[in-house]
Amino acid sequence: MTPLYSQILNLLAALMLILAFAMLSQRRILSLIHLFTLQGLTVVCATALVAYITRQPELYYSAALTLVLKVFLIPWLLHRLIQRLRVQWDLETLINIPTLMLVGIVLVIIAFNLAAPIAQLAISIARGALGIALACVLLSFMMMITRAKAVPQVIGFLAMENALFFAATSATYGMPMMVELGIALDVLVGMLILGVFLFQIREQFDSLDIHHLEKLKED
Amino acid sequence: MPLLPLLLALPLTGGCILALWGGRERAPEINAFFSLATLLAAAALTVQIIESGPITVLQKQFFIDPLNVFLVALTAFVAFTTALFSRVYMRVELHHGRMTPRRMQLYHSMYQFFTFTMLLALTTNNLGILWVAMEAATLTTVLLVSVYRTPASLEAAWKYFILCGVGIAQALFGTILLYLAADRVLGAGGEALLWTNLDAVRGQLQPTIISLAFVFLLLGYGTKVGLVPLHNWLPDAHAEGPTPISAVLSGLLLNVALYAVLRCKVLADGALGEGFAGGLLIGFGLLSVVVAAFLLSRQKDIKRMFAYSSIEHMGVMTFAFGLGGPLATFAGLLHMTAHSLVKSAIFFAVGHAAQKTGSQVMDDIRGLVTVSPTVGWGLALGTLAILGMPPFGVFASEFLILTTAMRQLPWATPLLLLGLGVAFAAIFRRVLAMVFGTTTARRLPHAPALLPVFAHLGIALMLGLYIPPYLEQWYRQAAQMIGG
Repeated sequence: MTPLYSQILNLLAALMLILAFAMLSQRRILSLIHLFTLQGLTVVCATALVAYITRQPELYYSAALTLVLKVFLIPWLLHRLIQRLRVQWDLETLINIPTLMLVGIVLVIIAFNLAAPIAQLAISIARGALGIALACVLLSFMMMITRAKAVPQVIGFLAMENALFFAATSATYGMPMMVELGIALDVLVGMLILGVFLFQIREQFDSLDIHHLEKLKED
Repeated sequence: MPLLPLLLALPLTGGCILALWGGRERAPEINAFFSLATLLAAAALTVQIIESGPITVLQKQFFIDPLNVFLVALTAFVAFTTALFSRVYMRVELHHGRMTPRRMQLYHSMYQFFTFTMLLALTTNNLGILWVAMEAATLTTVLLVSVYRTPASLEAAWKYFILCGVGIAQALFGTILLYLAADRVLGAGGEALLWTNLDAVRGQLQPTIISLAFVFLLLGYGTKVGLVPLHNWLPDAHAEGPTPISAVLSGLLLNVALYAVLRCKVLADGALGEGFAGGLLIGFGLLSVVVAAFLLSRQKDIKRMFAYSSIEHMGVMTFAFGLGGPLATFAGLLHMTAHSLVKSAIFFAVGHAAQKTGSQVMDDIRGLVTVSPTVGWGLALGTLAILGMPPFGVFASEFLILTTAMRQLPWATPLLLLGLGVAFAAIFRRVLAMVFGTTTARRLPHAPALLPVFAHLGIALMLGLYIPPYLEQWYRQAAQMIGG
């Protein structure tokens, strides 16, 4: 394993993290989809690189699958979705982006601390990558919590899936092929169901604002 | 060994066929037919396992042992009786205009696919596929929860989707960590996630990785079990979806999720020694029992109230499995069976009661016994059973769990009793008012399906009075496997 490859992989991991922060603070839905596509592309590059280093043909299939699904199919579906819902130019008002960033940084520190003992043991090429992947999962999670509109929540959900794929690649050279196929199928079906769902919500409430969905309270 | 493929293929075929013809007049019968066929396959498989012991099939991708065959049989049975109930219930809904033929098509097809995903989750040997099946179970039910398209049902389904999706993502991270630990021992490749392989080397798995993996897996699958504080989706999804779906969610899906946790616990116990996983389960279990009991007493909607009761009972089971040891585990399994049967029976009765009075609000439901004695008594008996009154099965299992807790963990007993007592007082008072008194109910266009209600209560009664030797043997074997 040459240090060069390892450095490239770390670079890609850093890119993942930057993209996660960018998504956290992005208010325009269209730009959010572009960022998501870029994130997918990063995962593809990382997977292909690990495949090349470890010479595992299975990982090339995995990279191809991610490319088709996360870079082409799902972003395309998202673009169509926001066009048909006419929300592509929507801006979301985010409360206090600097605070959001600060909380994000705290999350990253927590993630690194959690992953540190495991990263020591990982045989894998990029030790920092597992911590970064966990950080990306938490950041997408936070993005979902802070958003008030349905489409960004969905994108947060998908970004979390991306981060998990990245974790699988960097820590374990990818999951077994059958499992990855199953996960990909779930993500795709989930995406389609969510699409149907958004139309139902829109039809019922005339808006995609999640604040309408807070009638059922614990009482 | 063609039985297992048959077991999985039946609901899958049923789902495809009903996707085409699910809106037809006879679709409810086709649905019930496929569920019956699945039940027969499950029964045959069970007989085979009792005779020949655990087996693995298809290059070890699937495996059946006493633990999961018992859940397979239970799942197939409740899925069948629920299909019988849904045959009448959904016809009434169609008559009342809440369903359309198109929605019936979706409903029937997804019902079969849902059964398939649960059976797949139970029988697969691959922990990755287990995750995929659990996620697929969410996906198949999310459109069922929102099938009435009311604002409340859409909200419930959205919450269900997002919360379970996020939760289950944590479980995927846990699975990845587990794989990381596994391939250090077993080498990379598809074999390293097979549960039987992992179980064989569980003592050698890296403890640090496994402890973190178990926490993530517990958070992930625990969301689907409905453990407090991850339970938010559960009451909404139960209350707003069609009642047959509430019955299978409560009676089956929660069990399957708990089963996933148990499989992971066995591995964690092997790698970390007893205590770590058990302690977490005890904590979550107790918290669920107490919090759910207090939230339950404040509910106004009957299905929400029984949904909280499900959280409480899942808490009791989780607590029992956390205690560990053959006796507590035995009691946990017994509780799982009895709760599935009784809770689905209650939902059947509740469904008809709500149809008769046109409301799910408890204050609007009065005097069920006068207009329909069978629905009224079904609800009353079911409630007594779920509250742990003797001689029903829930009493036997709760008694066992409490006595074991008294010996192993004395401080937990008052908390458990507090939860059970609060729930008892709240539910008993409410149900009494609904069953007796003057009535507001009307007649239904189809006679209610009460056979499933009394069949379930009958079996629960039998479990309380007498457990047949083969069944006991089977529980013991399963308890041996998970409780050590």
